[in-house]
Amino acid sequence: MSELHHPNYVKIWAILCVLLVISVLGPLAEIRILTLITAFGIAIVKAYLVAKNFMHLDVQPRFVLLLLGTSLAFLLLFFAGVAPDVMKAEGTGWRKPSYEYHEIEHPSEKDDEHVSH
Amino acid sequence: MHRPIATTRSAAGLPTGRLAIWWVLVTEIFIFGGLLAAYIMHRLAHDAWAGHAEHTNIYAGSFNTLVLLTSSLSAVLAHKAAEEGNGPKAAKLLGLTMLGGVIFVTVKAFEWAGEIQLGYTILTNTFWSFYYTAAGLHACHVIAGVVIMGFVAAAARKGEELQRVELIGIYWHFVDLIWIFLFPLLYIAR
Repeated sequence: MSELHHPNYVKIWAILCVLLVISVLGPLAEIRILTLITAFGIAIVKAYLVAKNFMHLDVQPRFVLLLLGTSLAFLLLFFAGVAPDVMKAEGTGWRKPSYEYHEIEHPSEKDDEHVSH
Repeated sequence: MHRPIATTRSAAGLPTGRLAIWWVLVTEIFIFGGLLAAYIMHRLAHDAWAGHAEHTNIYAGSFNTLVLLTSSLSAVLAHKAAEEGNGPKAAKLLGLTMLGGVIFVTVKAFEWAGEIQLGYTILTNTFWSFYYTAAGLHACHVIAGVVIMGFVAAAARKGEELQRVELIGIYWHFVDLIWIFLFPLLYIAR
């Protein structure tokens, strides 16, 4: 087993907990950009802290980073290739008739309605 | 009895066990990554999904995030103890990590029961299909981690196969990492 330098794990855990609180409280302001930063920006920071300090990714051989990096790159390629088809309702010479979103009523409301009739 | 010593075998510059776990995680990146990428595409294309996300239980989600982060702490402390050659201490810390996993799944069970009671099932609409699939797949990984950790902890208690403490730890942190992204996607972005 390789000898690792162990950082102060409790301190990192405490930082992660503080970030968790911020990510929950941030969206309460209901400002879209703030929600994106506090929810997803902080998720990326938390993921970095876990990967670096808990998984010790920073001291793994370059091979491991290449392995993980390649898989993430292919994932991005998948997203870029498929997203236009999934996210667009229509394009040149094609249209998705079933794309329109139909609001589904609240299931419990449906039950209430059913009971009242 | 002669046994192969996996800890001293090395491929590509790292012990074979650790190499194997990183390969496992690469496959997991595709499993969860594909699912999350599909979710994000649909979520960006349908603003109404924000309304559905309002019905998820943010308190349960936040509590479970805290539980997983704490269990990751005990997992990494177990790894440290194993490196110091302290098997019994590593086993105890792995036990705490397992407890975290059990709490996580229990909270999730109550959360899902409440949601199903309100009528939000996997068939309600595409948002809820994604919600149950992603969270369910993640919960399966938590359960698998707890079971495997039980075997690793039992061996570690006797001071055997201590290198496995690090390997199950890496897996567990990855499960934590996935939840770090699932939490804002399913609970916070409303």
